[in-house]
Amino acid sequence: MKRLFSFSFLVFSFLAGAALTQDGPLKIEITDGVIEPLSFAVPVFEAENPAAREIASEISSIVVADLTSSGLFREIPKNRFIAQRKTFEEPVRFPDWRAVNAQALVTAAVKTNGSGQLTVKFRIFDIFSGVQLGKGTQLSGSTGAARRMAHQVADQVYKRITGEGAYFDSRIVFVSESGPKDKRLKRLAIMDSDGEKMKFLTGNDNIVLAPRISSDGKKVLYTSWETGFPQIYLLDVETGRRKRVNTPGNDVAFSPRFSPDNKRIVFSYERRGNIDIYLMELSSLRSARLTSSPFIDTAPSFSPDGRKIVFESDRSGAQQLYTLPVSGGTPKRISFGNGRYGTPVWSPRGDLIAFTKQSNGRFGIGVMRIDGTEERLLSASFLDEGPTWSPNGRVIMFSRQTRGPSGAPSIYSVDITGRNLRPLNLRAPASDPSWGPVLP
Amino acid sequence: MRSIYLNVAILFMLVACSDSEGGFGNGSLGADGYQGSGFGQDDVTSSTFFKESIGDHVLFKVDEYTLNEAAKTALNVQANWLIDNPGFVIIIEGHADERGTREYNLALGFRRAQSVQEYLVARGVSGLRLKTRSYGKERPVEICSVERCYGKNRRAVTILASGSS
Repeated sequence: MKRLFSFSFLVFSFLAGAALTQDGPLKIEITDGVIEPLSFAVPVFEAENPAAREIASEISSIVVADLTSSGLFREIPKNRFIAQRKTFEEPVRFPDWRAVNAQALVTAAVKTNGSGQLTVKFRIFDIFSGVQLGKGTQLSGSTGAARRMAHQVADQVYKRITGEGAYFDSRIVFVSESGPKDKRLKRLAIMDSDGEKMKFLTGNDNIVLAPRISSDGKKVLYTSWETGFPQIYLLDVETGRRKRVNTPGNDVAFSPRFSPDNKRIVFSYERRGNIDIYLMELSSLRSARLTSSPFIDTAPSFSPDGRKIVFESDRSGAQQLYTLPVSGGTPKRISFGNGRYGTPVWSPRGDLIAFTKQSNGRFGIGVMRIDGTEERLLSASFLDEGPTWSPNGRVIMFSRQTRGPSGAPSIYSVDITGRNLRPLNLRAPASDPSWGPVLP
Repeated sequence: MRSIYLNVAILFMLVACSDSEGGFGNGSLGADGYQGSGFGQDDVTSSTFFKESIGDHVLFKVDEYTLNEAAKTALNVQANWLIDNPGFVIIIEGHADERGTREYNLALGFRRAQSVQEYLVARGVSGLRLKTRSYGKERPVEICSVERCYGKNRRAVTILASGSS
């Protein structure tokens, strides 16, 4: 049911866009419950000056790669194009694009100047309706921001055509891993949503785990063994400076996460082998205990309105998911299927909770509604875990580890419909992704 | 239990004697599983002796943190040695196999360490000497992905450091 709902949403939003402009038939084929990706054509972006040629080509490749990676778009190969466009301003010959079955067309022009400034102008066309979608858009910045500008173009196309929020121009914090399994080195790192522009944020002197980026993308909470014991650290992405978060008693704490306004954190606190969930205000370091069971309560995550948390507990005898108002109360169990449920993460849209499910000896990523209904598994393997949401709540990334002595983790993404499962193209083993916001 | 520990120690001394006198080389204690030459030179009050001869770890079943009989027997020997060697501070390190989510396994490691700590205290080791920590599934001793390895990774290790309690 959920699948059909998503599909019709996509169709509606596109038809609504088309209806505004004209009444031509714009078709998205739905076959056997699979969306036929929307076909689009991107002629290599025009270079308005010779020096811009290389950067124009690079930007258009990134736009194509972004849109294709979503699984909702399919590129028409350039060697099938009939229309040979020479300049950005020349009119679009719609019949030429209809003939190659392009449903959407993106045209753009790129200009550089001697002082390192880059300008990208682009337009989006609905081919079957024969109209431009919205107005043309112009972006400018330094040539060093070329990749970001490409992601912004892709975001505009994606938003215009799907009616959903953007996500390509965003960054992901994760753990970069190296070395053998029993002596693994782990470092925090950050990269663009497509895996490019990777940069280390910490050295590899200590084990670090489960970074969580703030909703403004500026800070990262994580767990490190820097003192010999797992404790929570707060890192500034820009400066790379980190400090330990003084949790109650300066004791052992882990599994931290920010509140949506980044003013408070929730985390697990260990005392005499018992693990409970605490809430702490970062400015005052005032803390409150949210759970007090003699069981393992961990992996808390805020709802987007900041009023509730979802967490995992083995109080029923095995790992299950519970929601709890931050103001207090009795945890309400929401997971009831066969198997164990852990690492819940509330969707930024507020409607779904993603989790790791362990059943029949396999680990998979799934989603359920916040009351636990309509559970769906999106992946399964030897070891999938730790979901994180794209800023628009449409895509989930997670870690997948392979088995055996040479087993290593990598980061995968999947659409919330369960389609388009794919690995991120990374050069080194990576785990524990945490997806940041669309950049300002 | 105390007598078992003493017997083990006496056996080592005997092996040491035969080594130095008769040149028997690699003595083996068979049933006890301890073998190798040079034990005789080891100081029975050293952390190396503790690790190699007393035994520094206990194992757990899948997703469990309660101590089974084998673990209790091993911890009885550990406790006696620790009481006799009060110069060490002790960290109990809990670990899990890779078949669990990261945070849960970290929590499970703490519970395993806590079970060991409570047992050692009940056997007379001062709680002031003891601390616990967990590495979850981050530091396996065996790296294969089958039960043979998992069983060895689900452990709590007693780590000694010099220092007064």
